[in-house]
Amino acid sequence: MSPQMIDRLWQAAFDTVFMVGVSAGIAVLAGIPLALFLVTSGPGGIFPAPRANRLIGLVVNGFRAVPFIVLLVALIPFTRLVVGTTIGVWAAIVPLAVSATPFFARIAEVSLREVDPGLIEAAQSIGCRRRHILLHVLLPEALPGIVGGLTITVVSMIGASAVAGAVGAGGLGDVAIRYGYQRFDTTVMSVVIAILIVLVCLVQFTGDSVVRRLRAR
Amino acid sequence: MAELTMVGLALDSLDGTGPVETDVARPHAVPVSRAAAGMRSAGTVRFERIAKTYRSAGGEVRALDDVSLDIPSGAIFGIIGRSGAGKSTLLRTVNRLEEPSSGRVLVDGEPIQALGTEGLVALRRRIGMIFQHFNLLSAKTVWQNVALPLTVAGVETREIARRVDEALRLVGLEGKAGTYPSRLSGGQKQRVGIARALVSAPEILLCDEATSALDPETTVSILGLLRDINRRLGLTIVLITHEMSVIREICTDVVVLESGRVAEVGPVWRVFGAPEHPATRALLAPLTRDVPDDLAARLKPYPGPGPRAVLRITYSGGTPPDLSALVAATGGPVHLLQAGVEHIQGHAVGRMLIAAGGTEAEARLRAIGQDVEGIGYVAADD
Repeated sequence: MSPQMIDRLWQAAFDTVFMVGVSAGIAVLAGIPLALFLVTSGPGGIFPAPRANRLIGLVVNGFRAVPFIVLLVALIPFTRLVVGTTIGVWAAIVPLAVSATPFFARIAEVSLREVDPGLIEAAQSIGCRRRHILLHVLLPEALPGIVGGLTITVVSMIGASAVAGAVGAGGLGDVAIRYGYQRFDTTVMSVVIAILIVLVCLVQFTGDSVVRRLRAR
Repeated sequence: MAELTMVGLALDSLDGTGPVETDVARPHAVPVSRAAAGMRSAGTVRFERIAKTYRSAGGEVRALDDVSLDIPSGAIFGIIGRSGAGKSTLLRTVNRLEEPSSGRVLVDGEPIQALGTEGLVALRRRIGMIFQHFNLLSAKTVWQNVALPLTVAGVETREIARRVDEALRLVGLEGKAGTYPSRLSGGQKQRVGIARALVSAPEILLCDEATSALDPETTVSILGLLRDINRRLGLTIVLITHEMSVIREICTDVVVLESGRVAEVGPVWRVFGAPEHPATRALLAPLTRDVPDDLAARLKPYPGPGPRAVLRITYSGGTPPDLSALVAATGGPVHLLQAGVEHIQGHAVGRMLIAAGGTEAEARLRAIGQDVEGIGYVAADD
């Protein structure tokens, strides 16, 4: 491989990590409140709002139903509105975050639902208000599951980010398509795949060890 | 319906009935005067015609039906019944984890149904609760679990530290402050639960099957701790259980619930000594030894021919049986087949099976005031 290619790969790896990192951050910030809402606003929840719950649930399902490549294109007007451009890394971050948020919210929702209702009852019995229940019961008790869910989300986002080349955002997937596939450069293809494998393993390993530490309590 | 009238004077003057029974040993307080009185006299609960109906797939289920009860300050009040009798629902109406469909609950004379969020939070801080499965937060240490009621109440940090340490000392877990609940035994977890319930100095402690998940030895130690707390802090304990042995161990009063209704209520010695309702007898059955199987097989109907009648003498309060008086009354050989006398709240409660001569013996025993019942005959050759 030429030095330029090595530079290109470095840049691509950085772009991928950056895109996925920023979008994952947004997905956590937006997804956890969304998941809390989905769990607590259902019938019998601590903030009952069944109608809003159904509506939000429907919207979440809607976003989950659209394939990422379609979402990327469909969101172009929204992307332009938010980041002022429709090409480049930031133009990919918007659809990535929009697609990851409902995905992560649904996974976090499952963990939150598994918190023993007896704990909520106990919290109520000692005089906890509803916000205390979110802060001291639901989130800390569901945390191992939420971290595990974040790991899954990030890994699937690394996969989705390969499509970001379609809006000129670069990244590892883009290099693999343009150099590895279109120019028949098997070496580049292999190296990209190797980097992706290392990246995914790293994310999975980190996530798993955090979950293990949380569960060891 | 038993009405143990233990309500404050304000209520009595309201409905104009006046107290039916006055108990000078237990000061009755009205909530408004609680702070002014400056002493721990609160902690009464009154249920007025509580009903609770659940809607389920199979139609309406009546969990509670017209339950009226008074729980006096400082009592250890047991609620017993089979599973599904409504005890858990009744207990949860005291801190409004359950809302009754109709009727009123009064804590310290104050109706709690009308309380808003602020009032409800304040009420719950006056009522501690412990659970069958402990319900400790797994992500927090023992110390953090016990501190939580104070943390969310905005108590000052130094005060929290002082009271948490005090509560942990009270339950004997000083050394476990930094441990996570998953590392504790069942008994230790329940002690953490008790510390958490007591840290905000409540006047009532609700126990929801608090010992049902524990082994017998641990059960005894937890019940001992509850009794100790009741004596030292003077707080009212309301506990539900399906085990009569728990009631016998620590309760002062008991109510037996049967399909959502009050079957029987009264001081424990009386309900144990002379159970009136079939539901109570069924619950007492595991604690009551009856005619041994081999003897039962040989019993012939009573009264009948033969010199030896099997008589059952029941003690339901008062002094323990005087054996010499028994022997003198029967005027012949007396074979003791089985006996058990227990002391509950200073009353001798129990029964005795003897074999003695015929119906005359029965009549003579009755004449000296024994509660005696002939249950059969044993043939002469036995």
